[in-house]
Amino acid sequence: MEQKKRLFKNISLVEFKRQRVLIIWSVFFVAYGLVFCYAPLVGWLMAFQNYKPKDGILHSAFIGMTKFKMLFSDATFIRVIRNTLAMGVINLVATFVMAILFAILLNEIRLKGSKKVIQTISYLPHFLSWIIVTGILHDALSGSGIVNELLTKFHLVSQPINFFAHEEYFWPIVAFANVWKETGWNAIIYLAAITAIDPSLYEAAAIDGAGRWNKIKYVTLPGIKPTIIILLIMNIGNVLNAGFEIQYLLGNGLVQQVSQTIDIYVLKWGISQMDYSLGTAAGIFKSAVSIVLILICNTIAKRHGEERLF
Amino acid sequence: MEMALTNKKNFNEGGYSAPEEKYKIRKRKASPGDIAFHICNGIFMILFVVITLYPVLNTLAISLNDGTDALRGGIYLIPRKFSLKNYATVLQKDNLMIGAVVTVARTLIGTALALITNAILAFIVSRKNFIFAKQLSLFWVITMYVNGGMIPIFLLYKGLGLTNSFAVYVIPGMVSAFNMLVIRTYMRGIPDSLEESAQLDGAGYTTIFLHIISPLCKPVYATVALFVAVGQWNSWFDAMLYNRMSDNLTTLQYELMKLLSSVTNQSSSVEAMKNSSGSVTPMSVRAAATIITMLPIICIYPFLQQYFVSGLTLGGVKE
Repeated sequence: MEQKKRLFKNISLVEFKRQRVLIIWSVFFVAYGLVFCYAPLVGWLMAFQNYKPKDGILHSAFIGMTKFKMLFSDATFIRVIRNTLAMGVINLVATFVMAILFAILLNEIRLKGSKKVIQTISYLPHFLSWIIVTGILHDALSGSGIVNELLTKFHLVSQPINFFAHEEYFWPIVAFANVWKETGWNAIIYLAAITAIDPSLYEAAAIDGAGRWNKIKYVTLPGIKPTIIILLIMNIGNVLNAGFEIQYLLGNGLVQQVSQTIDIYVLKWGISQMDYSLGTAAGIFKSAVSIVLILICNTIAKRHGEERLF
Repeated sequence: MEMALTNKKNFNEGGYSAPEEKYKIRKRKASPGDIAFHICNGIFMILFVVITLYPVLNTLAISLNDGTDALRGGIYLIPRKFSLKNYATVLQKDNLMIGAVVTVARTLIGTALALITNAILAFIVSRKNFIFAKQLSLFWVITMYVNGGMIPIFLLYKGLGLTNSFAVYVIPGMVSAFNMLVIRTYMRGIPDSLEESAQLDGAGYTTIFLHIISPLCKPVYATVALFVAVGQWNSWFDAMLYNRMSDNLTTLQYELMKLLSSVTNQSSSVEAMKNSSGSVTPMSVRAAATIITMLPIICIYPFLQQYFVSGLTLGGVKE
């Protein structure tokens, strides 16, 4: 605040006039932000109200934490938290490991042309919508799909497996879909980081007799460690956000015990059942956990002297 | 001009250029371990490419195959009984055609609006002597971490009269802190001397933005435009949530989703529609619709690689 005042004093009238156009645009951007990004935060009040659409936020009765108590006494919500966390963590680990592995291995490809082609192909799934990806998954995993065909051909199973009818397959399918879609895309940033490693380090390692494996272990991996950590921090905050589209599109009555996530719960109770207060409470819980996760990761990174977000 | 070149060079360095050129080590005899490593690596990459491409090519083959014939299975990469009937059927479906028009419109308008506003915002907050640059920047960065959630946003849009309107596709998501940061980072790399000399010539901020900064920012504009356009093209949830009641505001992806759920729900009672030129099934029609939906993106993205690679690298910067 004080700094702001000083800034004001240092700016001449001429300069202020010159910046007029910037100030006018700033007013527009603040107004836009207040309406579309900050106004919904006022809606958080609904979680503490018995919100009635006809009364609005101003006139609905406040009921304290009742809705939160309802949430946490609901066995479905507890299960939904478990599903969201489990799938978030599994996806995070799977996509991280695969992207790093892919980046390192692609970097070892010596034929320059093929490397470029592989990388171009690897981006493709990222540009497809989840609608298309789940459609493809349905085809591939159906009774007559390619996966069952291969499994029966190699006599690994006698009967085709109905993958979408068994709870135990749901999380692995979601993880695989995420890996399939995002490996090439996520690898971009690691490949850039690998490129930035000082080549002399590899030369030194070679002189010390390091083989390919040791070079990866002692030069490449430590070289991209800061990138890995900052991306990990950014993504851990998103763990609870990672579950909506695919679960919504792939889930069905048979697997809903393991497929429903917080967002689907909000959609179901908030929008379909019109219990806006309960839906908002669930949403607040999700936001709060995300922010706490980001802060924790950031603090840990700071303590260990690593790269961090803020 | 020189500026633009140096920027571009930086991007390529930070991008995906092959690193091995940098550390070409004296050729030594490949050890058996190295050879084994390369063979395994080659197999891994072939597997990766096959798993990535096969489902797409398989969908293409099914879309070009006669519908009833495809139900027998056994179609992999090449259609067995070639037919264009699936595509003809898709093109005759009114809702899919409306969805295509809406999708194209929202992609073009949404991308243009997002690009213009994010560029202006990034320009404002990257002016070093602008009095509110810091505050405005923070104001937007906060929105990356805190948002109201589905219900309050839904009620807000409803209150603003954005439901059942085309505007809900292009207005609410217009300004995004992430895209703004990507452009801001790029703009900060442009030397102040350019702006200063223009100022001495009497140029105002509007001129500086339009004629000095923006021409240099073409690469980063392309990056952000690509991000926004792909997001617009692929989104379906907003159509379902806000415009469910308006059939003339449906989108391609949402129609595709309806096709998908109709196929999975009724796979037992598949009714093939037969006529003289062949037959179609829900599955084969969906394959054709899928190919039509993904085609524009697949044709465009390989040519924009250098842009999204650099954009992603820029996006990874610290606030």
